[in-house]
Amino acid sequence: MPATADTVLLEIRDVSKRFSKRLDVVERVARAMGAAVREHTVHAVDCVSIDVKAGEVVCLVVESGCGKSTLGRLACGLHTPSGGEVRYRGKPVEVPAALWGDAGRARPPIQMIFQDPFASLNPRMRVEEIVGEAPRVHGLVKPADVGAYVAEILLRVGLDPSARRRYPHQFSGGQRARVGIARALAVKPEFLVCDEAVAALDVSIQAQVLNLFMDLRESLGLTYLFISHDLGVVRHLSNRVVVMYLGRVVESAPTDELFAKPNHPYTQALLAEVSRLDRRRRTYAPISGEIPSPLNPPTGCHFHPRCPHAMARCTEEAPRLREIAPGRHAACHLND
Amino acid sequence: MKLLEVTDLVTEFHTREGVLRAVNGASLALERGEILGLVGESGSGKSVTGFSILGLIDPPGRIASGSVRFDDLELLGLPEESMRRVRGKRIAMVFQDPMMTLNPVLSIETQMMETVFAHEATTPQDARRRAIEALARVGIASPGERLAQYPHQFSGGMRQRVAIAIALLHKPELIIADEPTTALDVTVQGQILYEMQKLVRESGASLIWITHDLAVIAGLADRIAVMYAGRIVEEGPVAEVLDAPLHPYSRGLLDSVPAANAGAGRLNQIPGMAPSLLRPAPGCAFRERCTRAEDRCCDPPALTQMNGRAVRCCNPLQGA
Repeated sequence: MPATADTVLLEIRDVSKRFSKRLDVVERVARAMGAAVREHTVHAVDCVSIDVKAGEVVCLVVESGCGKSTLGRLACGLHTPSGGEVRYRGKPVEVPAALWGDAGRARPPIQMIFQDPFASLNPRMRVEEIVGEAPRVHGLVKPADVGAYVAEILLRVGLDPSARRRYPHQFSGGQRARVGIARALAVKPEFLVCDEAVAALDVSIQAQVLNLFMDLRESLGLTYLFISHDLGVVRHLSNRVVVMYLGRVVESAPTDELFAKPNHPYTQALLAEVSRLDRRRRTYAPISGEIPSPLNPPTGCHFHPRCPHAMARCTEEAPRLREIAPGRHAACHLND
Repeated sequence: MKLLEVTDLVTEFHTREGVLRAVNGASLALERGEILGLVGESGSGKSVTGFSILGLIDPPGRIASGSVRFDDLELLGLPEESMRRVRGKRIAMVFQDPMMTLNPVLSIETQMMETVFAHEATTPQDARRRAIEALARVGIASPGERLAQYPHQFSGGMRQRVAIAIALLHKPELIIADEPTTALDVTVQGQILYEMQKLVRESGASLIWITHDLAVIAGLADRIAVMYAGRIVEEGPVAEVLDAPLHPYSRGLLDSVPAANAGAGRLNQIPGMAPSLLRPAPGCAFRERCTRAEDRCCDPPALTQMNGRAVRCCNPLQGA
C-alpha cells in the first residue's frame, strides 16, 4: 500500500488503560461484611488521542510513572486498551494474531524497540536466532535463506555479519541496542515504536544509534513513535512532540514551535529544567514537588499542585485538550 | 594550597583474563570550594577514580601506584583506622543508586544517627536534632516525621536527598558525587542539582561531580576533566573546554550530544567504541577512533599544560 505524506498510519483514539489490583480473599470477605475496601486502580493512560502520519517522527515526552511504556505497548497491541481504540491504517490493532490474516502469520507492520538492551534479548539465543526467528515464522524467508537474510539485516544496522553466531552477552551495550533494532527490522515493519531506546547508552554510542534511526528512516521510509524523557534527543529527532503528564496529554505541537513557545506550564517547566551545553554556571530553579502517585492523582488538572499559575478552577475541573493554534493543542485553563 | 591533589593514580583489577588498568595515570587537582566535573563514558575509569580517592577499592582491585594528597594528608597507604576517620567525616561520597546505599531494613533515623556516632561522641538527642536539620537542608518536608520512615517509603528523588543529607552530616570538606542524578527524572534531577549547588555554595565544600552528561556539568561545574580509557585527556575551565575543546575526544563527545540548538541533521558521531583496557595498544588510546591520528600518535602523548588548561594529545585542535 503506498503511503502518501498525509496518510494517518496510527490513530490512537481516546485510549485509556487502567490496571486494577484484585482484592484478595480477606479483603473480599471484609467488603462483604461492609468494610470500605476498594480495588486500587491506576489510570496509567487516560483518554489519550494521538495521530501519527506516514513518514513522521512523533516524540512522546513523558516522565517515569506517567504512562509512557503503557502507551507504547498499547500502540503496538501488546496491551488491550480499557477504553477507546488504537487503529493502524484504519484497522484496530488490539488483537494482532487474528487480525493480520493467515492465522497471524502475516507480518505485523508495527514493531517495538525496548528500553533495556540487556533485558530485552534472550541470553540463551544466538543473534542469528534472535533476528531470524520472526521472519522465518512469518514466512518472509525460506528456512534455508535465514542465514543470508540475517547477515543482510545485521549489515544494515552496522554490525559485522560474522558476529551472528554470538550470544547477547558477547556484545557491548551499543551493539546490543543494534541487535534489538535488527530484530525489529527483520519483519520489514513500516512503523517503529521506540520506548526509551537510547536512554541506556553512552553519549557517543547514543549518537551512533540516533544516526542509525535517521538513516533507516530515509532508506526504508519508516515512521516512528519515539518515547523519551530526554528533550535533547526529542528536539533532534522529531517532527512533532506530544507531552504527557500523569497519563494525560497536556500539549501537542510541531517540534520547533513547542521548543520556541511552550504553552502548558508543565512544558514550560520541563524546558526550563533541561540542562544544556550553552547554559553555564546557571542557578537551578526547579519546579517544586514530585509527580503525584497515579494511584491517587490530584483532582481537576493533574498538574495543579505544582503549577505556579494554579487557580481555584484548576482544582475542580480537568482542562480539555483544545486547539490553540493550527496544529497545536494544549490542555490548560489559562488558554480560555 | 590545593585541597586535593591526585597524581599519576593507577588502579588495577586482577581478572582471569589479565590485569585491567581501570585508572592509568590520572592526575587531578581541586581547590577549596571548587566544583570539578569529571566526565567520561562507561568504562573510562571515572567512578574507579572516585573510589580510589576514598580508598574503597577491594580485591581483586588494588591501587598500584600514585599519590592522593588531601589537605596535608597522604591518603594512599594510610592505615585503615586513620582512613576511616577521614572517610565520611572530611570526605563524603554520594552514590548513583540511593536504593543501594541505604539499608532497606533500617529506618532513616537509625542510619543517620549511626553516621553521626561514627565520628562524634554525642547525645542521642543531639544526633537526632542534627539528622532533622540535615534532612530539612536538602528540602525534605516534615523531616521529623520522615525520619522514622524506611527507605522504601521514599521516592527515588527523596531517597537521593536522604543520601545527600547523610553525606552532609559532618560538613565534609570534599564531596564526591558519582552520577547522583542519572537515575532520576528531568524535573527531579533539576531539584537535586539545585539543592547540591546551594549546599556547596553555602558550606564552601569542594565537589567532584562524576557524570557522563556534559550538559549537567555545563550548568554546575567550575572546571571539567574529561576521562578516556583511564586517563584524563583534557582538563580546564568549563567554558573554555566546552567552547573550544583541545582534545579530539572532547570535541567528539560534544558533537555527539543531541544539542538543543541543532536541527534534525546527522550527529557528528565518534566512530567505533571505547577500547578494551585489558590489553591496551601502545600510544594514544583514542588513536583508533580519532580523525586526526598520525604516526606519532603511536607514542603515548604527554599531558601538555597551557594557560590553566591541560591536554593529552600529540595533535590537539587549534594548532597549539
